[in-house]
Amino acid sequence: MTLFGFRIPMMASLILWALVWEIVGRLDIIFLIPPMSAIIAAGFDLVQTNSWQNATLVTVRSFVIGMALAIGVGVPLGVMMGRVKIIDNIFGLWVNIFVSAPLSALVPVLMILFGMGEATIVVTVFLFAVWIIVLDARAGVMQVPTSLVDMARSYGASQTTIMLKIILVSALPEILAGIRIGVIRGVKGVVIGQILVAVIGYGELFELYSRSFDMERFWALTMVLFAAAMVLSAIVENAEKRIEYYAGAR
Amino acid sequence: MSINTLAKEHFDPASIVTNDPVVRVEAISKHYGSVEALRSIDLEFERGKLTTLLGPSGCGKTTLLKIIAGLVPATSGQIIVNGRAVTGPGPERAFVFQDFALMPWATVLRNVGFGLELKGMAAAERNRIARRYIEEVGLQGFEDKYPHELSGGMRQRVGIARAFAVNADVLLLDEPFSAVDEQNRRKFQEDLLRLVEMERKTFIFVTHSIEEAVYVSDRIVLLSPRPGRVSNIIDPRIDRTANPDDIRRDPGYLDVVEEIWQGLRHYAE
Repeated sequence: MTLFGFRIPMMASLILWALVWEIVGRLDIIFLIPPMSAIIAAGFDLVQTNSWQNATLVTVRSFVIGMALAIGVGVPLGVMMGRVKIIDNIFGLWVNIFVSAPLSALVPVLMILFGMGEATIVVTVFLFAVWIIVLDARAGVMQVPTSLVDMARSYGASQTTIMLKIILVSALPEILAGIRIGVIRGVKGVVIGQILVAVIGYGELFELYSRSFDMERFWALTMVLFAAAMVLSAIVENAEKRIEYYAGAR
Repeated sequence: MSINTLAKEHFDPASIVTNDPVVRVEAISKHYGSVEALRSIDLEFERGKLTTLLGPSGCGKTTLLKIIAGLVPATSGQIIVNGRAVTGPGPERAFVFQDFALMPWATVLRNVGFGLELKGMAAAERNRIARRYIEEVGLQGFEDKYPHELSGGMRQRVGIARAFAVNADVLLLDEPFSAVDEQNRRKFQEDLLRLVEMERKTFIFVTHSIEEAVYVSDRIVLLSPRPGRVSNIIDPRIDRTANPDDIRRDPGYLDVVEEIWQGLRHYAE
């Protein structure tokens, strides 16, 4: 973007808003908004604390286990739904209900089922992420051209070969798109789960900071989370780009 | 007369029988639910010849070709290839698809060698064979390109090279040139005749273009629509040693085209 003939770098708007924030914070209008510089300082402080490092470990662990389950269950289920009519009929309605359902409302129920610990967070991450992965994998499999499957059959491919060499490869762009959105939803799931459970990981820290009005640390933690979600999404997006050359050309 | 194009019609069943049928279609019927797509089709396809299945849309010509390929099951009747009844696809038949059916993630070389890859042939061997057929269809230099980098005509050349590479006895071509523009189509038809000459294989060709059918075929099977039945069999008997442009201007060629058109026109609205 250029303005009055000057090239404006990409992060400029971020810096501009940080400045506005800083000014509002310095004016001391509302205690909820401390100056940006103080937040950043608190952030550097925060990441060195034992409590933050422990919380991060717990959070990353729940997230990774929950996502692994979501991908491990979601991709095969979506592929089966795309290929087998009966399976699609059995699961289709449920997947479509859950993909748009306000799952946060279920977390209290999960707490009763799985206790006030990591298991509940893992299940929350799984539930947030899995449905979109299922739907995208299904959509990817359904767009595989019939003639491509016929082609493999006519040259003597077995069902396994057709699945591995044609269907999965052909559906890969959609499967990865589903995983990317699933990752973003999973981050929401891990945070919402921890906040609702409120005694583990970042949830405990959020609870602590907001109750003691420690707004610098509260915002620092929030920004760390935002950044983490963006980095995760960018990693998957990068993987998607590698196969874009044929996804766009289909 | 340098160009000898005598259309000979014969529709007594005895003359459909050929000496060396590579494919026999016996009483094939096909129903899709309550819709009758094909009714009791009997045909024989002579080895080394190019036979065209011609008819208006909805006559089931592609369905019949896919039944011969083993891709679509028949409701009744049987397909006999080289004297053996077949129920599914087999290595003695290779299919060329209307929409090319190329893998967009694979290079031309891998697409052409895919039939051999599925047979478990080692990479070096199948690439050698694939390169030979890529050259034969005039695509040398494009081995490492991806399908979306090629024109429609070039993509279908890849499809044809893939079918040749597996060295099947019978090549089944489902409207292979319908997605190719008119200029390339003519070039294609000439190339096809050259490949027929060179490869000495049996071709079964589906088209809805009368000119194309008359130009390339040794024998034309006319199908009537709803349900599909054999309505006529025509041998164009065109002297293919002549120049392609002369053939297309030849009165005999034009007469056969006209005759088929007259036979089909009552199916058109």
